[in-house]
Amino acid sequence: MLARRIIPCLDCDLGVPGGRVVKGIEFKQIRYAGIPWELAGKYYEDGADEIVFLDITASHERRDTMVAVIKKTSESVFVPLAVGGGIKSVEQARDVFNAGADKITVNTSALKRPELISEISERYGNQAVVVAIDAKRRYNPENGREVVQTPEGPCWFECSFYGGREFTGVDAIAWAKRAERLGAGEILLTSMDRDGTYDGFDIPLTDAVSKRVRIPVIASGGCASPDHMLEVFQKTNASAALAASIFHFGEWQIGDIKRYLADRGVNVRL
Amino acid sequence: MIAIVDYGMGNLFSIYNAMNRVNGSPEIVREPEALGGAKGIVVPGVGAFGKCMERLSRFEGALSKALDEGTPILGICIGLQVLFDESEENPGARGMGWIPGKVVRLPEGVMIPQMGWNGLSIKRPVGILDGIAEGDMFYFVHSYHCVPKDRSVVAATTEHGVEITAAIHKDNLFATQFHPEKSGAKGLMILKNFVRSTQC
Repeated sequence: MLARRIIPCLDCDLGVPGGRVVKGIEFKQIRYAGIPWELAGKYYEDGADEIVFLDITASHERRDTMVAVIKKTSESVFVPLAVGGGIKSVEQARDVFNAGADKITVNTSALKRPELISEISERYGNQAVVVAIDAKRRYNPENGREVVQTPEGPCWFECSFYGGREFTGVDAIAWAKRAERLGAGEILLTSMDRDGTYDGFDIPLTDAVSKRVRIPVIASGGCASPDHMLEVFQKTNASAALAASIFHFGEWQIGDIKRYLADRGVNVRL
Repeated sequence: MIAIVDYGMGNLFSIYNAMNRVNGSPEIVREPEALGGAKGIVVPGVGAFGKCMERLSRFEGALSKALDEGTPILGICIGLQVLFDESEENPGARGMGWIPGKVVRLPEGVMIPQMGWNGLSIKRPVGILDGIAEGDMFYFVHSYHCVPKDRSVVAATTEHGVEITAAIHKDNLFATQFHPEKSGAKGLMILKNFVRSTQC
């Protein structure tokens, strides 16, 4: 039986030489967490099942820096590496794959031009394409929306892009299903309502999406404790849980969290 | 020197780095003639069965010769599947046929591709699995799986809807459905065991 995965996420500011890992709440209160390849190496040793790098600067000039970060990381980290942020074409994806990435994640560029998903998956395989979705609750259920019951009332979920700065009007659940049809191998699902709150994952959102697609769903946004990971694995079909701050600044090591989950019946790789 | 066969199916950076880590002296090889001097050969693989075979065919003679001479060969993922006669992925495409049997699609009702870490059930204590314990987890990414006619070649299996061939061993031929180069310390251990087998 497949294990549930624990994935640390490195938000990379590539505006400084070699890059640096940062974490902030809605781009405010930015904290410096470390050097990307060093942190990746530490998380690998701690038992990370996969590592996600997101270029939060995402400008053309800085892609070379990301390529250098991935090359350096893949010399000593032997778990899958996923890379995202500003990838708009198969050519840009190729540079990242050639540096040692196993998967790329697309968000804004796929919402603007969905064929990008098919183009990359036809060349590199479905497993190499992760579609990242930033979803925001909307408590005005309209016709034609995928409505989900939550303790706070019925809502639908709207996709945002440009790192949460703009909204699209696109239904997140419908988009997840379409992304799967277009050849996505995985959905990285972030709750914008929970991201940075430390209140735990958005369970109704994760449950709804992971029931409606057959590809794996990575839950993201709001994780601050091993209990939050336990909750998302017990209450939803999420294949993986992604978090950042809990690993960068928290008291929990990945290995400790996995043992905590294993002791409570979750199938994880120890 | 351990040759990593580059037949144009994707990035070999990961397997190269992993081989380097276990002191395997890897070398990326793009021409069949260069396989002659190798102490061991790795056949990696991503992509579709038919396309892989098409591109691998020019290496077939050199690989067969190495196999006959006793050179240890390690197939990974599609590098396992191409050892069989044929695959449902591309009906009509011929495999290398070193292992009688075929490659079939994962059953309906399970996640396809199987993507993630799954535990091994060890069927035979073979050298390549030295240090690997029952239940140890490895990283799998695949939509098709191998069904050998002669089950005795199977060294380890995993479970994903059905029992799946995870590793085979026959004389100097080893192959894994999972990716040892992406499977952390346990994966490196398998590569180390392979490197050791090339030094005997």
